[in-house]
Amino acid sequence: MKPAKQTKVKHSAKSKAPAIRYDLRLYVAGQTPRSLQALANLKRICEEHLAGNYRVEIIDLLKKPQLAAGDQILAIPTLVRTIPKPARKIIGDLSNTERVLVGLDVRPIPGNGTH
Amino acid sequence: MSKKLRPLPKAPTGIDGLDRITLGGLPRGRPTLICGSAGCGKTLFGIEFLVRGALQFNEPGVCITFEESARDLALNVASLGFDLEQLQKSKKLVIDHIYIDKSEIAETGEYDLEGLFIRLNAAIDSIKAKRVLLDTPEALFAGLSDTGVLRSELRRLFGWLKDKGVTAVITGERGEGTLTRHGLEEYVSDCVILLDHRVQNDAVTRRLRVLKYRGSTHGTSEYPFLIDEHGISVLPVTSLGLTHPASTARISSGIPDLDAMLEGHGYFRGSSVLVTGSAGTGKTSMGAHFVDAACGRGEKAILFSFEESPEQVIRNMRSIGMDLERWVKKGLLHIESARPTAFGLEMHLVRMHHLLKTHKPDVVVIDPISSLLPGGSEHDVQALVLRIVDFLKHSGATGFFTALNAEDDLQSTALSISSLVDAWILLRNIEVNGERNRLLYVLKSRGMAHSNQIREFLLTHRGVRLREVYLGPGGVLTGSARVAREADERRAEIQRQQEIQDRERAITASLRAVEAKIAALQAEKVAHENELTSALGADHAQKAVALADIEALRKSRGMTIESTGRTQRPNGREGKS
Repeated sequence: MKPAKQTKVKHSAKSKAPAIRYDLRLYVAGQTPRSLQALANLKRICEEHLAGNYRVEIIDLLKKPQLAAGDQILAIPTLVRTIPKPARKIIGDLSNTERVLVGLDVRPIPGNGTH
Repeated sequence: MSKKLRPLPKAPTGIDGLDRITLGGLPRGRPTLICGSAGCGKTLFGIEFLVRGALQFNEPGVCITFEESARDLALNVASLGFDLEQLQKSKKLVIDHIYIDKSEIAETGEYDLEGLFIRLNAAIDSIKAKRVLLDTPEALFAGLSDTGVLRSELRRLFGWLKDKGVTAVITGERGEGTLTRHGLEEYVSDCVILLDHRVQNDAVTRRLRVLKYRGSTHGTSEYPFLIDEHGISVLPVTSLGLTHPASTARISSGIPDLDAMLEGHGYFRGSSVLVTGSAGTGKTSMGAHFVDAACGRGEKAILFSFEESPEQVIRNMRSIGMDLERWVKKGLLHIESARPTAFGLEMHLVRMHHLLKTHKPDVVVIDPISSLLPGGSEHDVQALVLRIVDFLKHSGATGFFTALNAEDDLQSTALSISSLVDAWILLRNIEVNGERNRLLYVLKSRGMAHSNQIREFLLTHRGVRLREVYLGPGGVLTGSARVAREADERRAEIQRQQEIQDRERAITASLRAVEAKIAALQAEKVAHENELTSALGADHAQKAVALADIEALRKSRGMTIESTGRTQRPNGREGKS
């Protein structure tokens, strides 16, 4: 159901899941514990809150350093929400789910419970 | 194999003067902190360091800007002649603009600034950069809330730069009571340069000081610096060691009478001459003479005028019979006029420096140096003169400075700079008999037996003339008094001549009288002789008559003449022979 309902931008608080498609990029630098931690946190949050409605691209700056400038990456790890616009950035290992959701502008699904 | 200890390697900045202060440049392979308040030229300093590195020393550079965009930066320094875009195209420079917008960033959990390192590393590797500018990493403190992380990452960054072997310049804005707002000086401790600009008497003076330079000696004073179309210029005292050569050649002052007072040859070439005097004593005219004489010999000259425009100088000098315009037209003379208040002192100094470098004059006149005084303290002016004197001495040019001082305090303003100069000529007005006259004397002239005489200084339509003064009972006589005295002397001379003639006449007359007397006596003598002769003649005649009578008597008595002769002479003996 990814592509179908993309035009439905406005949604009520009661809808099950936002129909917006999320394009996310996670910038890491090698396989550091912090990067792995961030990746794990991201996967969990996405599965829980954006199930099926997201795409994550992982960029390892050690391999592609030239990509850092485009998104103004400074801190590692950085999660960039490229879509929807405007772009948002969350830096850190994403250990605080609440802040990640606020940062991504994703409303928590009621009942699902966030910790 | 040399056993000499290797000094700290240095990376020349190419910035005029700074390399002299730091004895070679910034510490190579180490970070240097440039701090100062807003608008003091930190960014420009860094950019110039990169640009000159790329152009003059073949050391490509990376500029990480945290505040301005690459485009803005390029525009801002274009006015100084730095073409950043061209440098980027030719792979001599990489500019990366790093910015953080706090509003679009959320922080959650731990992070580091590896992204910054990666970007910096990529930029350095892309052009094999040797120099890095970070302008200013303090901006990160506004974008990231976890200052603990930031601080440790900055510490890591500076260590990393050292490991990378690049010579880095990090700028930092001056904070309250600290060198930088966020204490960057804690991390960058190899070399710290402080920039400063102050408003002094309405003119801004920029100053630079090397606060710290680990492992190297450096000039510790505050040095004025300037930002103009050539970039940054720092103005150190050019010779700390007083090692300039001393010429024995002489150079005419342009005034033959003054040359005569200076052993007949004038000043030493390459020396500095100070002329002080109160208003209207003819200081400028003396300077003009000096310039005129130099140009007449085919030498180059610069006349810095702080009071008159070039045309005014030319017009005024025409009134004493000097045509400076022809030298200007020939390109031998450059007259540079500027109001002393137009810029701060150091700006004047730099302008002079530039002109001296481009024009390469043999003779430099600064008229008057005292008008710079309001632009700074006496100390500043003294430092300025010292710098000029040093610079001129090193370039072998002869400096001629005039200075105005108060009528009643002839040596006060001059005192502070008089010890710096080699010759000091004093002009003064004296007011007697209802007129003002000018006097000149040579107060000092190092290395020559100069005249100790006071001369009267005349401005004629054929230039400056010096006349000997008369010493009268009331002091020296000048002007009309001197003219009157000259007339007196002339009168006295005529009178003397007359008296001599009179005496001559009198003596001649008495001589003649004596001669006349002699003639009269001669005549008398002749008369007496004549008388005597005639008397003898008469006696003889009488005698003859008497003899004849006796003869006749004897004849008549029958006696001889002899016996009668015996009776005539009572001794009788002679009568026998």
